[in-house]
Amino acid sequence: MKNMRKILCAVLAVVMCTACAAMFTGCGAKASPDKLSIGGIGPITGDAAIYGAAVKNGAQIAVDEINALGGLQIELNFQDDVNDAEKGVNAYNNLMDWGMQILMGTVTTTPSVSVSSEANEDRVFMLTPSASSTDVIGGFPDASGNVSIARKDNVFQLCFTDPNQGIGAAEYIADRKLGEKIAIIYNSSDVYSTGIYDMFMVTAEELNLDVVSVTSFTNETATDFNVQLNEAKNAGADLVFLPIYYTPATLMLKQADAMGYEPSFLGVDGMDGILTVEGFDTSLAEGLMFMTPFASAEHPEFTNKYVESYGVEPNQFAADAYDCIYAIYEACKIAGIDGSTPAAEACEKLIAVFTDPEFSVDGLTGAGMQWTADGLVSKIPQAVVIKDGKYIGM
Amino acid sequence: MKKWKALSPQTRSDFITYGIVIAAFIVLRLLSAFGMLSNSLTGLLVPLCAYIIMAVSLNLTVGVLGELSLGHAGFMSVGAFSGVIACAGMESFIPNPIIRLLIAVVIGGVLAGITGFLIGIPVLRLRGDYLAIVTLAFGEIIKNIINCLYIGIDGAGLHISLVSSAELGLNSGRVVINGPVGAVGVQKISTFTFSFVLVMITLIVVLNIMRSRTGRAIMAVRDNRIAAESVGISITKYKMIAFITSAVLAGAAGVLFAMNYTSLSSSKFDFNQSILILVFVVLGGLGNIRGSIIATVILYLLPEILRPIQDYRMLIYSIVLIIVMLTTNSEKAKLYIGKIKARLTKKNAKGGEQGE
Amino acid sequence: MTFLNYLINGISLGSVYAIIALGYTMVYGIAKMLNFAHGDVIMVGAYISFIITSKMGLPAIVSVLAAVVVCTLLGIFIERLAYKPLRNATSLAVLITAIGVSYFLQNSALLIWGSDPKSFNSIVDFDSIKLFDGQLVITAEAIVTVCACIIIMIALTIFTGHTKMGKAMRAVSEDKGAAQLMGINVNSTISMTFAIGSALAAIAGVLLCSAYPTLLPTTGSMPGIKAFTAAVFGGIGSIPGAMIGGILLGVIEVFASAYISDKLSNAIVFGVLIIVLLVKPTGLLGRKINEKV
Repeated sequence: MKNMRKILCAVLAVVMCTACAAMFTGCGAKASPDKLSIGGIGPITGDAAIYGAAVKNGAQIAVDEINALGGLQIELNFQDDVNDAEKGVNAYNNLMDWGMQILMGTVTTTPSVSVSSEANEDRVFMLTPSASSTDVIGGFPDASGNVSIARKDNVFQLCFTDPNQGIGAAEYIADRKLGEKIAIIYNSSDVYSTGIYDMFMVTAEELNLDVVSVTSFTNETATDFNVQLNEAKNAGADLVFLPIYYTPATLMLKQADAMGYEPSFLGVDGMDGILTVEGFDTSLAEGLMFMTPFASAEHPEFTNKYVESYGVEPNQFAADAYDCIYAIYEACKIAGIDGSTPAAEACEKLIAVFTDPEFSVDGLTGAGMQWTADGLVSKIPQAVVIKDGKYIGM
Repeated sequence: MKKWKALSPQTRSDFITYGIVIAAFIVLRLLSAFGMLSNSLTGLLVPLCAYIIMAVSLNLTVGVLGELSLGHAGFMSVGAFSGVIACAGMESFIPNPIIRLLIAVVIGGVLAGITGFLIGIPVLRLRGDYLAIVTLAFGEIIKNIINCLYIGIDGAGLHISLVSSAELGLNSGRVVINGPVGAVGVQKISTFTFSFVLVMITLIVVLNIMRSRTGRAIMAVRDNRIAAESVGISITKYKMIAFITSAVLAGAAGVLFAMNYTSLSSSKFDFNQSILILVFVVLGGLGNIRGSIIATVILYLLPEILRPIQDYRMLIYSIVLIIVMLTTNSEKAKLYIGKIKARLTKKNAKGGEQGE
Repeated sequence: MTFLNYLINGISLGSVYAIIALGYTMVYGIAKMLNFAHGDVIMVGAYISFIITSKMGLPAIVSVLAAVVVCTLLGIFIERLAYKPLRNATSLAVLITAIGVSYFLQNSALLIWGSDPKSFNSIVDFDSIKLFDGQLVITAEAIVTVCACIIIMIALTIFTGHTKMGKAMRAVSEDKGAAQLMGINVNSTISMTFAIGSALAAIAGVLLCSAYPTLLPTTGSMPGIKAFTAAVFGGIGSIPGAMIGGILLGVIEVFASAYISDKLSNAIVFGVLIIVLLVKPTGLLGRKINEKV
């Protein structure tokens, strides 16, 4: 009995020590040299877990497909960052120890700004599926024309930037004459939401749109939207612009319905996924318009695969991640990068390929996606409207 | 050696604490010089030091003063953001990053101290769980205000707005704090050596307060308020001393932390962050500074060590937390550990194997 | 009219806080511990109810009962495993353990039910009341929540005031040692308190998600903190206090975002809390000890 306990203690001590030592010296699990090692970072726990999980799953489907082709093999190591800059950098360093060659991430903006600086310093190529702030790629002036972050030349985005979405939405309203009086409800504690809102307001002014009500909420008060909806209603708004994610939007639509307020709603790409929310009464979203690069109904093969593997419908994050992996894969084939290419060398080669005007990728979120040296992707946003519980292109 | 034995057990214990920290620093420096440190650990050193300072300073409030604070991250936040502003302001005329960091740490500490003083006036009138909830409330208020804060710098000086960055009316300057985005484009100037020095300063300050007349007065207030008052100890004064010192140190830690990342958002310093630090303190033992340091190191590294198990990481972390709390605090477990200890010491006395 | 609308919104939001706060205050009053896992028990209750109505298609009442049963068992289980061994430890040790339990429940929920949000189908199936040509709307969920809140408050007051078990609870709350000497089984009394608190959490979870139907593994944490604030606001340990505190908190939150600043409404809520505590250091109704559970 005594010996048993001693052995148990010894075993535990050895396990702990190896774990620590492995971490201290970086001799933990290593990436295999005959496979392309792609690191992924995103929140898989905490509030934003849904976005990280979607990216992880979407990317994994692409990796499995590519590996089944039998050519260049890919290994994906996805690490959690809890939507936090500090944890994001920790995850990044962990992946560096593992032997990451290319970074697919990070999913959300806040950690992405810090991680992209690290990646820029270490010369690791980074393609983010969904971190949409211009601070991620750097080199962009803010609303008042100042550049606070220099361009990080090895960081590219596969999604639209927040300012572009704000401008796009305002122009879209003006072009299609979607509404006379416009109300905006945004999340003032969220980077994505305020990013779109800021640029929307600037463009709306230029286009002489009549914005009658601007209200906001924070993550802490994202349960009751009656005040915001009431103000919009009292101001007589016939179009409500919602630059927010779909989770609070489901609540908002329900509350608007309960108070008998029926304006048109216009969302942004964060609204994609609203129909996949389990148990959501899709009739509430009837007539909701939003701009997204991805409509799941148009890509049944990917959608079926995703549903089969993970039990839920894919959203835009999953599609972006899927495209990211394919973009990296195509670029690696062109540049002749394999599992043995050092990260820094791969980085320079990939920058050259990505900024090459000849290079284009056809993906779920757009055909002929191309990149410019400032890190932006060019693809065409598609406006969809929800009719009879389905996304219909407009 | 004789001198060592002549010291009081308390002083000896303090010197052991200093010794451990210095030894750890030297070992890590050597490992890093030989390139034997992994990227992960290298990246963790500065935040780890910041968290050690946070834990030690919170221990002053919770362990030594005996008041539960659930808003310690608020002070860290004040320090962090004022440090970022200070650094951005000095960039043009102080080229040396270490001097800039030093000044920023002082400014961050002082501003957090002032906040601590302002909060302390109402907070310290309350007791027990009511005090705890008010510190929580202040933490949330600070987070919410910084979330709406826009600060920019240009040739004319600081511009502050609560509306938007466009309201700042900057003249070819730059936005330092941009509402919910927080601070972006922060220069990474925190270094491990600087962090180590700051940890040592924190330890010296806190341990000296604890061993001084002031510290004994603070502990008297904790142990029996009425008795302390009746022997002429000014409750408010000593409570304030402990609370403000703790806030100043937290502010300094905030600057250190902020200067280690290129971006910083106010939502980082939320209730969960305060709780995280409280967990370090309670696990390390109330009033036990060395315990705080060790608990911080273990608990901060644990989620990182657990990375290979991916999805189950935070689940295992929570289970470990519960088990550790149960084994260190439950009576049955204490009894059991006592037995094992007794057996071990018996063995040692017989000249068996040495210390385990 | 707008003012009345906001008032009604505030009351319906507040009644949700109140119903959560009742559970908080109940456990705090007797066990003298801040049960930070309470919000997560609410989340579990809501998930159970969601699965039974949406996945199995059973009637709402069955789902509520199932949620109550599961949460009660969960509460007893947590108490046995995590809190009971710490009966004589410092309150801080218990607090940290409760936080551990909270992390555990959240991460278990994440692994079991996934990170994608679920939209909860309201258990209330009658229509909202519309007055003045639909200018004033009182949702059915608000009516049910307020009624449930009042019923629970009265039931708890009667239970703690007039039943043998309730009196035992009050005795334990006053003085554990003396209660034990009087032949009260302190351990089982505290377990009973947790069982009741968790059952209340289940009901609160169902009502919270009926009124605000987004269900995530983190659904319980923010309302949990708000409800804790509400309980302190009203005087923690006081049953009517929790109710009043909850409703006031909801009304202040809505009014602050409507009339002062929607960006700063959270700060304003906490600011009011601080002011109230400075004037009445033990909350609105926390002074009279005999009102404590």
